[in-house]
Amino acid sequence: METVENTTRPPRSILGSVRSLNPGDLAFRVIVVLFAITILILMGLMVLQMTVFAWPSILRFGFGFVSGTTWNPVTAEFGALPFIYGTIVSSILALLIAGPIGLGIAVYLSELCPNLLRTPLSFLVELLAAIPSVVYGLWGIFVLAPILRNWVEPALGGTLGFLPFFHGPAYGVGMLAAGLILAIMILPTIAAISRDVIRAVPDTQREAMLALGATRWEVIGRAVVPYARSGIMGAVILGLGRALGETMAVTMVIGNRPDISASLFAPAYSMASIIANEFSEATYDLYLAAIIEVGLLLLAVTVLLNAGGRLLVWGVARAPGGRRGE
Amino acid sequence: MHIIRKVLFRKGHLLLLLVVALVAVACGPSGTPAAPGAIRPATSGSVSLNGAGATFPFPLYSKWFDEYAKLTGTRINYQSIGSGGGIQQVTQRTVDFGASDAPMTDEQLAAVKGGMLHIPTVLGAVVVVYNLPNVPSGLKLAPGTVSGIFLGEITKWSDQRIVSDNPDLKLPDQAIAVVHRSDGSGTTNIFTDYLSTVSAAWKSKVGKSTSVNWPVGIGGKGNEGVAGQVKQTPGSIGYVELAYATQNKLPYAFIKNKAGKFVEPTLEATSAAASAVQIPDDLRFSMVDPAGEGSYPIAGATWILVYQEQTDQAKGKALADFLTWALTSGEGMAKDLQYAPLPQTLLSRAQGKVKSITYQGQPLAP
Repeated sequence: METVENTTRPPRSILGSVRSLNPGDLAFRVIVVLFAITILILMGLMVLQMTVFAWPSILRFGFGFVSGTTWNPVTAEFGALPFIYGTIVSSILALLIAGPIGLGIAVYLSELCPNLLRTPLSFLVELLAAIPSVVYGLWGIFVLAPILRNWVEPALGGTLGFLPFFHGPAYGVGMLAAGLILAIMILPTIAAISRDVIRAVPDTQREAMLALGATRWEVIGRAVVPYARSGIMGAVILGLGRALGETMAVTMVIGNRPDISASLFAPAYSMASIIANEFSEATYDLYLAAIIEVGLLLLAVTVLLNAGGRLLVWGVARAPGGRRGE
Repeated sequence: MHIIRKVLFRKGHLLLLLVVALVAVACGPSGTPAAPGAIRPATSGSVSLNGAGATFPFPLYSKWFDEYAKLTGTRINYQSIGSGGGIQQVTQRTVDFGASDAPMTDEQLAAVKGGMLHIPTVLGAVVVVYNLPNVPSGLKLAPGTVSGIFLGEITKWSDQRIVSDNPDLKLPDQAIAVVHRSDGSGTTNIFTDYLSTVSAAWKSKVGKSTSVNWPVGIGGKGNEGVAGQVKQTPGSIGYVELAYATQNKLPYAFIKNKAGKFVEPTLEATSAAASAVQIPDDLRFSMVDPAGEGSYPIAGATWILVYQEQTDQAKGKALADFLTWALTSGEGMAKDLQYAPLPQTLLSRAQGKVKSITYQGQPLAP
């Protein structure tokens, strides 16, 4: 039987629709696709290479590497749980501090700020992102840690000491210092992206809310921010990504002690820090393999948290009250 | 502007400019005038050597390389990536020489094809620094006290053991904040070597290495990290190289040596310690807790690692010449930078080792 259609669709290939493309366009498309695939290939090669180098350690410790808590180069016992704990807890602490503050900055800059101040203030916030990590670390050791040790931690210990989060001696350096420094470092990321997302909310939303008789804060809280919800979450995830990988600033203030403790005053250790600290002096193969396996774990944790975050953003975007149909 | 464009930036003119520039570069003064077809003579200038390794002697080596380049024109590049890195690079033959604060172990030596020579260059003292506001200097510590503090058994400054070492000091009832190195280092190697020698408990619980599992304490990155942390934290104690203690004006402890005397960590006491040690033929040795009244017990040497059999005559000769110079004139520069020079007997043996560097079986040094 003859089909009714008068055109047959060519199969969609990775190059897109290749019908009626002149050679120049085809070449261009091939090159561009090649660039895109190169990223994937690079990622794949990186993971492959790291797995190959980490293989002696994976073979020797298996799952015990992820659950072990001892890191002893002398007896060749390696367990990465303290580092995983340190990385995740310091990053989440940073998010808890920088998230609300970043959102507040974004709301101020986009909704409430007088026009004259808007550009200079935005510039200053973005300038925070340009400061090198090592400078943050130095500032942390010489300015932040003494402040924490002499004023903040004794005060917290005195008033909220019954909570397990505020136990132990006040060293200055430790999980709290690391969380604070990370919060300052990811603040510009969250603030800048949230500000752009909030400014992109169409004025019709604000006007509709105002027409219903809402106050200014109700407009922001009930119309603007919920509309920009998925974008703000995207900003937070980007901030989290940066916090997870941050090395130098964290190494200088986290205390470098592979212990798991509920207290924020206690020193801790992050995955990026152990790699930075011990990589160049790893004297035997299993040691090196263990450090590279920590790198692989860091990659895995980053990918998992990012994927989880993206799912969250996707879920939020599809819910009513968010953008429709996207 | 228009005239400039018309006259200067026309295609032909640019091409001419390019050609002239290339010719100028090619005909300019060149590095080594080499006779066509001849092997470059071994004593010509502009040989360049690459080394990598320990960070501890880096300030002194930098000065040596600088002075030597002014003297002979031989350029030596050194990457201070750490003793472990130095040993790795030298095993993989990616550098001409290595440097390490800890001598290579037998397994590491076996992994190098051909022989490896250990040439000791200078000695360094590891000092125990502390921060006690009402004890500006002169704290005395016995070996058992030091190991007790770093094992976490002694937790307060008012502990009986510290008090008995310092009967005439008023010590506060404050918690001790221990600071150690977070990165692997030769300094840690020397310090843990000392602790393993004087404390059986330390040896079984922790052991000695460039990087260990510390029972207590927070980690600072690098000597500067530990010094900074100790300086900032009242009641803290840590260990750094002597140079960092003097530069940061940190008070250091007098340690009781094997002869029972509390010795100040000075350069003389460090050199004295090396004289008291039995040093084997291959010049790999540990000098912690030696005999001798004036010996400072926590010190170690740093070595330059060279291939016994060199593969390039010019480079081998340059390296041998440099080492001969370093072990004679170079030693004189050590004290200014807070390194202890080698005692005479060890120096002669080191010079003998340099003379045994060979190329195709023939010794290279004069």
